[in-house]
Formats: sequence, C-alpha cells, structure tokens
Amino acid sequence: MAEGLTGRGASPVGASVPPGEPLVRIRGLRFAHGERLLFDGVDLDIPRGGVTAVMGPSGTGKTTLLKLISGQLRPASGTIEVDGQDVHRLGRAALYRLRMRMGMLFQSGALLTDLSVFDNVAYPLREHTRLPEAMIRKLVLMKLEAVGLRGVQAQLPATLSGGMARRVALARAVALDPDMILYDEPFTGQDPISMGVLVSLIRHLNDASGLTSIVVSHDVSETLSIADYAYIIADGRVMEAGTAAEVRASRSEWVRQFLDGLPDGPAHFHAPAPDLMRDLLGEA
Amino acid sequence: MLDPLARLGRSGIAALARLGEAHLLLVGLLGGTWDTLVRPRLLIAQVYGIGVLSTLIVVVSGLFVGMVLGLQGYYVLSQFGAAESLGIMVAASLVRELGPVVTALLVAGRAGSALAAEIGLMKATEQLSALEMMAVDPIKRILTPRFYGGLLAMPLLAAMFSAVGVLGGYFIGVGLLGLDGGAYWSQMQAKIDFSDDIVNGVIKSVVFGLVVTWIALFQGYAATPTAEGVSRATTRTVVHSALAVLGLDFVLTALMFGE
Amino acid sequence: MARTRTIEILVGAFMAAGFVALFFLAMQASNLSSAPAGDGYRLTARFDNVGSLKVRAPVSMAGVRVGRVEGIAFDGSTYEAVVTMVIDPQYDTIPDDTFANIYTSGLLGEQYIGLDAGGSPDYLGDGDQLIHTQSALVLEQMIGQFLFSKAQEGAQPQ
Ligand SMILES: Nc1ncnc2c1ncn2[C@@H]1O[C@H](COP(=O)(O)OP(=O)(O)OP(=O)(O)O)[C@@H](O)[C@H]1O
Ligand SMILES: [Mg+2]
Repeated sequence: MAEGLTGRGASPVGASVPPGEPLVRIRGLRFAHGERLLFDGVDLDIPRGGVTAVMGPSGTGKTTLLKLISGQLRPASGTIEVDGQDVHRLGRAALYRLRMRMGMLFQSGALLTDLSVFDNVAYPLREHTRLPEAMIRKLVLMKLEAVGLRGVQAQLPATLSGGMARRVALARAVALDPDMILYDEPFTGQDPISMGVLVSLIRHLNDASGLTSIVVSHDVSETLSIADYAYIIADGRVMEAGTAAEVRASRSEWVRQFLDGLPDGPAHFHAPAPDLMRDLLGEA
Repeated sequence: MLDPLARLGRSGIAALARLGEAHLLLVGLLGGTWDTLVRPRLLIAQVYGIGVLSTLIVVVSGLFVGMVLGLQGYYVLSQFGAAESLGIMVAASLVRELGPVVTALLVAGRAGSALAAEIGLMKATEQLSALEMMAVDPIKRILTPRFYGGLLAMPLLAAMFSAVGVLGGYFIGVGLLGLDGGAYWSQMQAKIDFSDDIVNGVIKSVVFGLVVTWIALFQGYAATPTAEGVSRATTRTVVHSALAVLGLDFVLTALMFGE
Repeated sequence: MARTRTIEILVGAFMAAGFVALFFLAMQASNLSSAPAGDGYRLTARFDNVGSLKVRAPVSMAGVRVGRVEGIAFDGSTYEAVVTMVIDPQYDTIPDDTFANIYTSGLLGEQYIGLDAGGSPDYLGDGDQLIHTQSALVLEQMIGQFLFSKAQEGAQPQ
C-alpha cells in the first residue's frame, strides 16, 4: 500500500482537494495507446459524494481515463483503486460486482440498437434484479421522465437524435441506482434547454442520492458550474487541480488559455507535426 | 537483409496470437452454455435469424442441386447401363457431401457475414462496452446464443437441403427422364446406410455449424471498430469459413468414409 | 409481443421441417426402414470363395430382397468362408436344400447372395446351414479358364 512520497490519503496536487477517503484513487498511472503515451504518471483523487470534473483538450485521453477507472482498459503501470479495491486486480466476478455500483454514460450513448428505448432502460434491471415486470415498468418510466423522454419509450434508438440517445443512455446508467456515475461528454449535442436541464439533473442526481459523479467534458463553463472539484489534464499530466473556484481562478498560463479558449498561448491547437512549409515542399 | 525474415516472423506470431484469441473466445462461448440454456428466448431469436431466414435459399439451392445431379447422373450412368442406380448417386452425393458442405457455404454467406457485421457494429458503437459496464458479459449474453443458434440450425438446414435435393433428383430422373420410381427408391434404400451415411452427414454439418458460427463471431468480436474494420470482418468470415469448411470436409471424409 | 410469437411459431416450424427432412432421409432414402436390425432368423453358408461380398449385402430370392449378410468369417480348419445372413421373419418357408450363390449385379456391380429354392418339404430355421453353395465368380479365374481352354483347343489338332 506504499504510495511513495504522497502517502495514503494525501492529495496529489497541493492541498486544495478535500481530505477524507477518496472514492477513486489513482497513483502513478501510465498508459499508452500503441506508441502514443496518454498518461505519464498521473495522480488523481475523486472525492466521495461530489461532482468532479475532468477537463482537457480533445484527444488527451479523457475517455480513456474513464475506461481505465471502470476496468475496461489496463494501465501499463500504476494503480487505480475504487472504494479501496484495486480495479485491475479484481477477478471477473468481483469486477462485475463493482461495475454494478457504477453507471457509465458513453460519449456515443451506446444504446442496444435492437431494443426499444424502454427495454434499453429496463435492461440492467432485468439482468440484475428479480423485480416483477410491473415494478420494472414503474422504475423505467420514472427514469425516462427524469430525462424528459417518457414520450419516446416505444421507439427504437435509431429513431432518436444523438442528444436524445444520450439522455436515454443516462436514464439507463442510473437505472440500478449506482454509487458512482461516469459521464463522458454529457453536454455535447444538446440544445440550450436540454443542456440546462441536464446540467441541473446531474447536480440533482448527485445530491439527491449521495452519488459520486465524474464528468468528463470540454464544455468549460457548464461543467465548472456544477462541479465541486476539477482536474485539467493535458499532455499526459495533471495541469491543474482544485475546487471549481480555485481552478477557475488559476493563474497558470496554460490553464487560462484552455479555460478562456484563446487561440494563442502555450497550448497548441495543432497536433505535433513537422514544419508546414517543409511538409508542403517535401516529397510530392 | 533480414527484414523479410523478420516480417515473416512477425506475421506468423500475429497469426498465432489471433488463433489463440479465437480459442479463448471458443472457451468463453462454451462457458456461456448455461446462460443460454436458462434464456431460451435468446436462443430462439438466433435460430430465427440464422435458421429460418436461411431456409429459403437453402431449400431452393437444394432443389436445383438435386435436379442437376439427376440430369448429370442419368447421362453418365446410362452409358454404363446403370441408370437405375441414379437414386444411389443422387442420395449419396447429397447426404455425404453436398448437403453439409453447400449448406455450410450458403449459411456462411447468408448468416455468417451478417453475424460478423452485427457483432462488429455492436463493438464499433460501444454496445459491447456498454454491456460490460452494466456488468453483463457480452460473450455470454450476445455471442453464445448466436453460437448455439448456428450449431442447431446448420444440421437441420443441411437435412432440408439433402431431402429436397433427393426429391429434385426424383423429379428429374423419374418424372422427366422416365426411370422407374421403385428402382430409384429401392436402390437408394439398399445402398444408403443410416449410420454410415446419414449420421455421418449430420455430424459433418454439426461440425460445420460450429466452425462457421465460431469464425463469424470471432471476426466480429475481434474486428477493428471502424466501418472498414467491420467490412473486412464480413469478408474474412466468408473466406475463412469457406476454406475451413472445405478443408475440414476433406479431413472428415477421410476419417469417416476411408475404410 | 405479437412479433415474439410470430418468431416462435416460425422457429417451431423451421425445427419441425428440419426433423421431418431428417426423418425422410432416414426412412425413405436409407436402409433404416428396410433393415429391422437383427430381426429375423439367421442362416449360415460356407463358400470356397466369397469374392468381394460385403457385410450388409442383400440376400435375395427370385430377385426379391429377403435378408442381408450379417457377417463374413474365415474358418481356419476347412479354409472356407463362413457367411452369416439374417432372413426377414416373414420368409420362413425356405426349403432346406436351397442353393446359395454369390452373384454380381450388373457387370461391375456389387455382389449379393442369391438363393435358388430347392424342392424339399422341410424348411430352414434359425441357425441352420445352407449345404449347397456356389462360390463367387472371380474375373481373373474366369479369364484364366477361358484362355486355358482356348489353348487346349488350339493344341488338339496337332
Ligand atoms: N483503440 C485505440 N487505439 C489507438 N489509439 C487510440 C484508441 N482509442 C483512442 N486512441 C487515441 O488515444 C487518444 C485519446 O483518446 P480519448 O478518446 O481518450 O480522447 P478524449 O480525451 O476522450 O477526446 P475527446 O474529447 O475528443 O472525446 C486519442 O488521440 C486517440 O487517437
Ligand atoms: Mg472522449
């Protein structure tokens, strides 16, 4: 259990992340997709009972981080503990037990395309509980009502818009009343009204049932408006960590550029590449 | 200099690794047997998708193959004055070889490619990951019912193919070319052995059913989750299935009918 | 739910059709219907040479199939082949002086046992032996005999 210099329970960056046992504790995480090193020694704590935002430019590995936390991917080195259990040392059965306490909202929704909206939301209930069908119906309708889509319960996912599909997926993710929800880009593709509803829904779900939420996003203002804590990651490292207010007030030049969306600064809009002129004049 | 050698080695190792993955998948599929048994509904849906939807093409092909056998067999056999042995020839070729093999090739093209595309697309659209996240094993819940659906449907389809083919041969030989109907059946009954011919044919088609669905499911499950990856998986399913079926047919024939 | 029911019915029909096809192949296209395995009574016959007679070859009388060959063994003391055949029970009036021949169906066809009924009033029963037998004609022997007789014919005038 030795965690090097940081020690058990100590927060990874500064003192701004709250004390107390975190729900997710990441130490020394290294992970690469093929040649591409996405995380190079990342330490990260997700406190219990709050909304934690993980932000960063596109392609930094936010989705990958969620997959690592939920045990779908295996780190090259480092540990990820969820509620004290090392996710990547669990056997299949124990991992599945842990996942029953996690809900995940996929970036694409990932609804089962051959089932209706209703059956999609009912799926985890039917798989993991022995509730009578009448009870399942009530639960599903309540979850669909919460995301405002009770009206489309009989439709197939293919007939929904991307934003609607994401909301159905949210209803499915919370169907089993998990302890923790991982949101991958919940806001993209939502119109301003449903965006507002969704933002308050995430906050509301979190407070009403004592959930822990991780929101991965690059919608800075919406995410920070509901987040208790925030991390900004880029280039395989944690760039900034702290409460939402602290992060918003960060003085780091890089963080300022990201938060304010400035084109010029230490961060690059372009993926690493050789000089443009050389590329253009190079071999035809 | 050593580059070609290294490349050869690399592709050899990659092929072995894939073969290993395929066998792990097979173990997973067999491990899902109980889950499928307690959810017969999932199995029924797959027998529908693989079996019922392939019935038409299999029956029509069987009829034509039987009629062609009737024609060709008649011309060859009548040169030896043995036209009344037509029934034996038609039935033996169908039951031993053409029934299981052609049915397997048809199912690979009709249902195997569809299976690979379906699983590959479920992977590409993260549906398999979503199931994983709902603590549901996609191999047990999605792949295994398809596996047993194929295993169950194949011998039944092959039997339909052979039966319709025998009738097609009868239609040509007896109906059109004027052979004696009694001779057609009695010669067939005298020479076609239940355990040697029919049971072996069924065993063949069960093996082919296993191989074709296994290949299709593996190609879908291991597909690169992109449009191109899925299309490659469907193509590979058909090519690999055809090669596997024909190769295995040779081995099985040598084992079963080589005295 | 109506759709589920349709699928169930179609799958039921599919499986029924598959089993009907199997049953059809078994009963109409194979020997399963004509070989009530082991039912009937057994006769034996000794031949000097059975040629290429096979187990399960038909046994027929007057061109009608009455049974099948069940086993072919070699008797080391008499150097003869012992053929066991099973005769269908309804053919229980085979005289005990019946001739057993090994014939070939067609020029290159398979060999079978043909029974030529004798005139005796006593009938054969289970375990009896057919005394009068005629061995298979082996092509090489026939050709050999033919050439031999021709050679003799040619030699005589001198
Ligand atoms: N299966 C894979 N194989 C190889 N590389 C991958 C794979 N999946 C993702 N990557 C790469 O890893 C990097 C991080 O991907 P990820 O999806 O985690 O980014 P992200 O931070 O979620 O981006 P976005 O905000 O656009 O969703 C990307 O550059 C991508 O090219
Ligand atoms: Mg992402």
